[in-house]
Amino acid sequence: MSLEIVDSCVSCWACIDVCPSDAIFKADTQFKIDAKKCTECEGDYANTQCASICPIEETICDSEGVPINPLGSLTGIPPEKMNEIMLEIQSR
Amino acid sequence: MDLNVIDDSTPVASEDGCSSGSCGTTDDQMSHLPDNIKEKVQNHPCYSEEAHHYFARMHVAVAPACNIQCHYCNRKYDCSNESRPGVVSELLTPDQAVMKTKAVAANIPQMTVLGIAGPGDPLANPERTFETFRQLSEQAPDIKLCVSTNGLALPASVDELSKHNIDHVTITINTVDPEIGAQIYPWIYWNNRRIHGVKGAKILIEQQQKGLEMLTERGILVKVNSVMIPGVNDKHLEEVSRIVKSKGAFLHNVMPLISEPEHGTFYGVMGQRGPSPEELQNLQDACAGDMNMMRHCRQCRADAVGLLGEDRGDEFTIEKIEEMDIDYGKAMKVRAAVHAGIEEELAEKEVKKAKLVSSMDSAAQPLKEYRPMLMAVATSGQGLINQHFGHATEFLVYEASTKGIRFISHRKVDQYCIGNDTCGEKESALAGSIRALEGCEVVLCSKIGFEPWGLLEDAGIQPNGEYAMEPIDDSVQAVYQEMIANGTLDADEIKLDAVSA
Repeated sequence: MSLEIVDSCVSCWACIDVCPSDAIFKADTQFKIDAKKCTECEGDYANTQCASICPIEETICDSEGVPINPLGSLTGIPPEKMNEIMLEIQSR
Repeated sequence: MDLNVIDDSTPVASEDGCSSGSCGTTDDQMSHLPDNIKEKVQNHPCYSEEAHHYFARMHVAVAPACNIQCHYCNRKYDCSNESRPGVVSELLTPDQAVMKTKAVAANIPQMTVLGIAGPGDPLANPERTFETFRQLSEQAPDIKLCVSTNGLALPASVDELSKHNIDHVTITINTVDPEIGAQIYPWIYWNNRRIHGVKGAKILIEQQQKGLEMLTERGILVKVNSVMIPGVNDKHLEEVSRIVKSKGAFLHNVMPLISEPEHGTFYGVMGQRGPSPEELQNLQDACAGDMNMMRHCRQCRADAVGLLGEDRGDEFTIEKIEEMDIDYGKAMKVRAAVHAGIEEELAEKEVKKAKLVSSMDSAAQPLKEYRPMLMAVATSGQGLINQHFGHATEFLVYEASTKGIRFISHRKVDQYCIGNDTCGEKESALAGSIRALEGCEVVLCSKIGFEPWGLLEDAGIQPNGEYAMEPIDDSVQAVYQEMIANGTLDADEIKLDAVSA
C-alpha cells in the first residue's frame, strides 16, 4: 500500500513537509515516495497529504496507479470546457 | 520628421497632470509618513523610491514549498533566464543562505536588506525561513530582514516573526472578494485539506486581513502587493487599497500581471493579458489618493542580488561563495562607513530639493498651463544620468509637469549593445528598446550612438546626452523648462491635429 509520484513532478517541495510518515525523498530529477514507509496517511489524516498539496495534476497516483488529482481537478476546469473558458479569459 | 509629436497611445497621466499625494518631487511617496516609519524605510530600496537608487537588496531562496496555487505562478521555479517573482537558479539551505548573505554584504556594502520571498511561500516553510532569520539576526545585525507572503499562514506566524527582528512584511493581497479570489486562486491547502474555489479564497482572504491587522498592532511595517489582472481584479483594487490602508498598511504596490505563455503559468497558457503601461499607471494614480503608492518595483526573482533592476546573482553562486573568505566584523565597519556616506549624500540632496521647491513656489506662476510629458532616463544608480543608451536594461520614466517631477515607472528593455555575440540581433533589439519608450518624448542618457539617435528621432523621441552625470530630478526639470522656453509644448495641439488629419 503506497502512493507514487510519477515523472511529471516539478520538485516543488510542497509534499515533503506535509507527509506524516517521512516517506518522501528528493531523488535526482524529482521527488519520490518510499513505498515501505508510505501509509497513505491512514490513521493520521482523512485525505492523503501529498496529494492534497501537490500542484500538478496527474502526478500523485494511488496504489492502483490512478491519478488522485485527475486532469481538470486542480484548475477547476473540466477538459471539455477548456476552449470555452480560454476564449472567455482571452476576451478580458 | 515629426519630432516631439506624441501619438494617440501616449499614456498622458491625468488631466491635471498629477494626482493628489504624488505631486512635486519624486520621493513624495514617503513624505507623508510619520518620522518613525520614514526612518525605518529610508535605506530600504523596496520601500523608498529615493533609496532604490543607492541601496541594494538580496533575496535568498530557502523557501520552495507553497500552500496555495496562484494562476500567475508556475511552480516549476527552476530557471536561470527568466526575471520574475517565484523563479530561482538554486535553492539554498539556511546555512548556505547565511553564508551567501554575508558574502554579498561584504562585497556589496550598500546592500541593506535581506528578504525571503520564495520561490514558494516563506511561511509555508517555517523551519527553513526562521532558521535563516535566526542566524542572520545574530551574525549580521546590520542587515534589515524582511519577508513576503501570500498571507495564508501569517496569523500563525506573527509571534515567531516578531521574535526575529523583522520589521517589514509584504503581503500579496489581490482581492477582498472571495468570488474574485476564486478566479485567481483555484485552491488552498488548509488544515490538512485542499479547499477549492470560493470557499478556499474566502479562507485565504480572512487570513490575509487578520495577519495584516496583527502585524500593524505589533508595530511591524506592512506593505501590500497586488497583481493587476485586467478583467479580474482591476476594477476592484481601488477598494482593496482603501481597506488595507485603513487597516494600517503603509505602502501599496500595484504590479502588472506577468503572463508570457512561455512561463507556463495558467494565465500565460490560457491567454490572460497583462495591463498596458497606461492602464497600470491610471490604476496607480486612482489608488494614490488613498495611500502611498510604490511605482519602482521590479518584480524581482526570489534569488535576486544587487540594486533593483540589476541582478548580480551570478557572482554569488554557492560554488563561488564557498571560496570567499569573509571577515564579517571587518565588513560591518566598511558597511557602516558606506551607509553613512550615502545617508549624507541623501541629506544634502534633500536640502537642495527643498531649495528648488521653494524657488519654484516663489517663481511667478506660468502664464499658461503646459501639458505634462514623459521623459525616460538611463541610469545605473546614485540618482544620476550615468548610463549609455545601449547599455540600459531598463529606463526610468518620469513625468514632468508645471507642478513638478514625479517618478512613474520603469520600462524593461533588452540590451542591444553588450558585445559581439549579440550584435547579429542588433537591429531588432534596438527596435525593442524604442518600442519600450513609447509615449516618452525625451530620453536622457550619458551617451548614445549615432544610429539609435536617428531612429529615436524618427520615432518622435528626442535623445539628450547633455545631462550626463547630472542628477535625474534636476535634469528632467531643466529639460522641461527648456521645452517650455523653446515653445515645444505650445505647438503640441497644432501638431496633433496635423497628425490626425
